[in-house]
Amino acid sequence: MLANILSISLGAILINNFIFSQFLGCCPFLGCSNKVDTAAGMGLAVVFVMGLASAICWVIDNYILIPLNLAFLETLAFILVIAALVQFVEMFLKKSVPSLYSALGIYLPLITTNCAVLGVVLLNVQNNYNFIESLVYGITGGLGFMLAIVLFASVRERTQFSDYPECFEGFPICLVSAALVAMAFMGFSGMKIF
Amino acid sequence: MNRKQQFKEGLITNNPVLVQQIGMCATMAITTTLFNGVGMGLSVLIILTCCNVVVAALRKIIPDEIRLAIFVVVIAGFVTIVDLLLQAFIPALSAALGVFIPLIVVNCIIIGRAEAFCQKNTVKDSFFDGIFQGLGYTCVLIIMCVFRELVGSGRFGGGLIDIANGFRFTLDGTGGGIQIFPEEFGMSIMNLPFGGFLTLGLLIGLMQYALKRSEKKKKEADRAAKEAAALKEVEE
Repeated sequence: MLANILSISLGAILINNFIFSQFLGCCPFLGCSNKVDTAAGMGLAVVFVMGLASAICWVIDNYILIPLNLAFLETLAFILVIAALVQFVEMFLKKSVPSLYSALGIYLPLITTNCAVLGVVLLNVQNNYNFIESLVYGITGGLGFMLAIVLFASVRERTQFSDYPECFEGFPICLVSAALVAMAFMGFSGMKIF
Repeated sequence: MNRKQQFKEGLITNNPVLVQQIGMCATMAITTTLFNGVGMGLSVLIILTCCNVVVAALRKIIPDEIRLAIFVVVIAGFVTIVDLLLQAFIPALSAALGVFIPLIVVNCIIIGRAEAFCQKNTVKDSFFDGIFQGLGYTCVLIIMCVFRELVGSGRFGGGLIDIANGFRFTLDGTGGGIQIFPEEFGMSIMNLPFGGFLTLGLLIGLMQYALKRSEKKKKEADRAAKEAAALKEVEE
């Protein structure tokens, strides 16, 4: 069990990193990586929502949808759960931890359309994970996202001072540097655990 | 609304991926063979057109405060329909695209068009907008697929074109494609995530270059015309 959890977490953080090897969550990854601070805030929010979403969606899938033979409605049910969850987290933070709420700002509602969140829930179903495994995969997947976005933000802060062709301004130079970071992450792909 | 203008906007001047720069996750992830690219592009085109029509038809009765939730439900409904249809009739495509078919729900292109276009326009205009924007998306996918497949493994049309049993198109994903140069000479890194990021980056860079250039040309032409007019006035 423990070995299994360890292999899931290492896989989610390094080997099958959500951004650099599965391309899930690229929009916020490219959109919110201007500064290391905001990148870390976004990463933290994603860890939180991904963990909660995988736990709640697992319960809903296994105790409501599958017993009622409604598994074909998974996509619809999950996206609604995620949207409601994000709204709920937003209200909760606003009332009880206003400092974190103001730090996350606009990024919190944007998490609804982050495909890493819906992706992790769908992958949990696809891989037949049990409750603990789903929760671990959600949290570590979020940590992998956070690692990627923080690393990339520090790369991107430097590209601002470098001299690149004018037509590459904005997204293109970002994507090219992301390609190089992805190449670095390819080094993990040969790793085998247990 | 002018159809020609809409067509040009969808394909070039307001292309969803290259100019609006949205919906990039799937664009980079699945563009490894032509089969995946065409399949994904057409799925998005169908879903986008259906959602555009429904949202435009309901635009007067959707309350403003909960419009995003309604859009998401409409989109998720159509995505589920397409997902089940693909599983039933083109299982190879469903297996190849995997989690990216259900993830069309959170593809920003569809919710973006619903929010930016269909809320304010008629059903007919929205229908054509869906088709043209979907076509623009499909074209980008095809360009990326062709490039990555050619450079990565020296092939064209993998999965879609079957030349082993005579030249024909297959939908079961078994076609080997046309081998242009031996696979060992390809840069297999282009088939990996690195290639996805790099190809899209270069493509958007190229697009920005072309757009800037055409703008400059237009400005120069305007100036030349003005100068000519001024010269004529002076002569008279």
